[in-house]
Amino acid sequence: MSAGRKFAAWSLFFFACVFVPPAWAQVTFERLLNSAKEPQNWMTYSGDYSGRRFSMLGQINTTTAHTMVAKWVFQTGATGKLETSPLEVDGILYATAQDDRAFALDAHTGRPIWLYQHPLPGDIRPCCGRVNRGLAILGDKVFLGTLDAHVIALDTKTGNVIWDVVAADYQKGYSFTVAPLAVKNLVVIGVSGGEYGVRGFIDAYDAASGERKWRFYTVPGPGEPGHETWEGDSWKIGGAPAWNTGTYDALTNQIFWPTGNPAPSNRGEGRAGDNLYSNTLLALNADTGKMNWYFQFTPHDEHDWDATEVPVIIDSGGKHLIAQANRNGFFYVIDRTSGKLISASAYGKITWSDSKDADGRPVARKEASPTLEGHTVCPGALGTTNFMAPAFDPQTSLFYVTARDQCDIFSTAPQPYEAGHAYYGSAYFPSEEAEPYRGFLKAIDPATGEVKWKFEHTSPTWSGVLATAGGLVFTGDAEGNFIALDAAKGKVLWHFQMGGAVYAAPIAFAVDGKEYVAIAAGSAVYGFGLP
Amino acid sequence: MIGLRSGTLSVESGRFRSQIPGGHVRQGARAKIVFKFGPGFPERRSRLLSVEFGKFPDGELMSLALARGERITAKFVVSAALPPRLVLAAICSLLLMAATAAADDHNPFAGDPKAAQAGEYEFRINCALCHGLGARGGGRGPDLTRAQKKHAHSDAELFQVISNGIPGTVMPANGTNGQGVGMTDEEIWQIITYIRSVEVKTAASPRGSAAHGRELFYGEANCSLCHMVEGRGGRLGPELTAVGGSRTRAAMIDSVRNPSRRLAWGLTEATKEFPQEYETITVVTADGKKIKGVARNEDNFSVQMIDASEQIYLLEKDKLRSFQKSRESMMPTYTRELLSDQDLDDIVAYLISLGAK
Repeated sequence: MSAGRKFAAWSLFFFACVFVPPAWAQVTFERLLNSAKEPQNWMTYSGDYSGRRFSMLGQINTTTAHTMVAKWVFQTGATGKLETSPLEVDGILYATAQDDRAFALDAHTGRPIWLYQHPLPGDIRPCCGRVNRGLAILGDKVFLGTLDAHVIALDTKTGNVIWDVVAADYQKGYSFTVAPLAVKNLVVIGVSGGEYGVRGFIDAYDAASGERKWRFYTVPGPGEPGHETWEGDSWKIGGAPAWNTGTYDALTNQIFWPTGNPAPSNRGEGRAGDNLYSNTLLALNADTGKMNWYFQFTPHDEHDWDATEVPVIIDSGGKHLIAQANRNGFFYVIDRTSGKLISASAYGKITWSDSKDADGRPVARKEASPTLEGHTVCPGALGTTNFMAPAFDPQTSLFYVTARDQCDIFSTAPQPYEAGHAYYGSAYFPSEEAEPYRGFLKAIDPATGEVKWKFEHTSPTWSGVLATAGGLVFTGDAEGNFIALDAAKGKVLWHFQMGGAVYAAPIAFAVDGKEYVAIAAGSAVYGFGLP
Repeated sequence: MIGLRSGTLSVESGRFRSQIPGGHVRQGARAKIVFKFGPGFPERRSRLLSVEFGKFPDGELMSLALARGERITAKFVVSAALPPRLVLAAICSLLLMAATAAADDHNPFAGDPKAAQAGEYEFRINCALCHGLGARGGGRGPDLTRAQKKHAHSDAELFQVISNGIPGTVMPANGTNGQGVGMTDEEIWQIITYIRSVEVKTAASPRGSAAHGRELFYGEANCSLCHMVEGRGGRLGPELTAVGGSRTRAAMIDSVRNPSRRLAWGLTEATKEFPQEYETITVVTADGKKIKGVARNEDNFSVQMIDASEQIYLLEKDKLRSFQKSRESMMPTYTRELLSDQDLDDIVAYLISLGAK
């Protein structure tokens, strides 16, 4: 036996010993709850229930990152924006694409195992592209919310439809773009449609049967607390959608779910009041959907500043906190047991507020309201940040968020509500007088609200951020680059040109003991690793 | 003409929301519909229609072109013309009315100031992002206050352009920009009414001499050193063959007198929501060579640029000794001493004459 053959034989032996085939074990709630025990998997939208989008893998680190290579590319065949954040469990990657495609890939090779596409009617009402942000997984099913407001359970091994329920009437503007969150035996999902005057809600479905277990209307009806914050019948079409994935805290058995703009987005006339629970962080009992507390970021919003950004659970110095980098330009830290505001610090260019109330909450200047002729307010309608997923790194204690400095001309005009018809109450325009838009990755210290470092992009990006135990943060840019930076300093360590703009968030996982980082760009999903 | 069906409908908030029983119409039937409204509203009559649908669905939403916020009662008479074997068991639906509007060259709101105002609001929501507040042109879309438009002259042509978009340009078909289901026919007509209301009528004889402008462009004004028109000219600055069809006179004059005030959109205008512009780039390479030129494209790690001698440079930023980007345009500022108002008018007239082609 030649040395080469001996080596091959030994290799085979070791391979057989070391390579444990995927367990094909079901994803139980206990596994989701204890996701820290299996850092090789990425089982929820944000990687764990805290929303921090942090991977404990460190093979790819500040020393090795510069050697990273593309391992595989999967072309989805879809056109438009890919906003998906994949899941990865036991060697299989699950993700979504435009027009409610879902697919499972061999996470090692990128080869598809199954492909599913939900048949959509021709007259759906997407707000901002025919997008989807990902799946939830529980048991032997993955869960997809669709643009025609269905919630669908697919078999993890085949993509076969197990159940398909209709949550709302898509012809009135209801849709789903969000990645659901699986908690206990429930699939929790929030609706989109703030541009169509929907009445927002968060639903919980039994994962096994698809039966709806609870619904929380984000706009309270008659007799419910908060109803008095709406003028007349405006609550019926009050918006307050819930289109980004919330987080879950086992300590208090609470789901934290953020809500979006009141409708119409750019006109406050006709909906006098704070418009609860628009632009609010809701703390809901996971079993019942009953509200424990709420915190409203932007009362009576007239600038389309959805507060739908991921609320990140942070434990620090014995304090149980929840932090959100809000679209309105402030970084909020809240006590998650009581809902009391601890701090609010500007992390981008803002002109809408120059004072705070007794609780420390930023208060809007009257002059910031949109006018008929239009005037410039910062941030613009896209916000200081938006749906891009942030990350929190417990090693650096820094919160990483994609931010943009852009001001817009906000104008308003009366617009009658028509069911299923876009309902903005006018619109915004790029401000010609303002400086060119600037885009950043910012590292915020939640303890002080201070921006510790920032990395400026060539232009603003819609990419989410991933932090890893390798001392890295990953993000993408509008020009198609995938970038690894030193988490402590913000120095670029590696980059790869993917050939398409990034609107998605990265994840990390490991297969056969090898770390991968995956992200969608253009119309493809990419897997990266060490050579 | 045989009156086949008549009745009254109540209008709420400018739209019929009546439940009308469905029925059947024989294929190939032709019909003419006359709507008679209350006092102060002109009678509206459809063209002779080919009824192509066999069945009108039950309870369709009726949509009629009326001013918003009005509550009136409308009498309607549906008359049918030949062939005599026409059978109309029951009639009326949104579909039929939409077909009427779309097939009709006539803007039902022409000259109606209320409709123009409704159209202005619709314009802000749907059009102003590209065509600017007041329809005076924005970063992407042409100035629509100019009476002479490149792609549409009549109201009916405008209707087609708004409904179907303009292939090969970023002008989308109604309802296809990922934002909802688009405007109704009546809203499109309102927008057209608004556009007509803000049009600036051009003087009988156009300002400036296009022929002299062409001489200047290729001659002593030196425009063609950097700008190409119809395949002739330089490559450093934007191509200008179509600019006269999309920019206002004032914007063209301003970009000659103050070239740095607003840089032109560059390579990626159509696909990105952020600007890629003709910024001035100055680099020093590793071997000490200084290059000044215009950015063709750029990302965090590389830049693709062209210099005044039309040399293209493909550079990696981390290999440069220095990299500087400036919004000070490489185009010289044409003061009145360099270029008189009259000569500038002539050049603009030349560009407008090209843009109208």
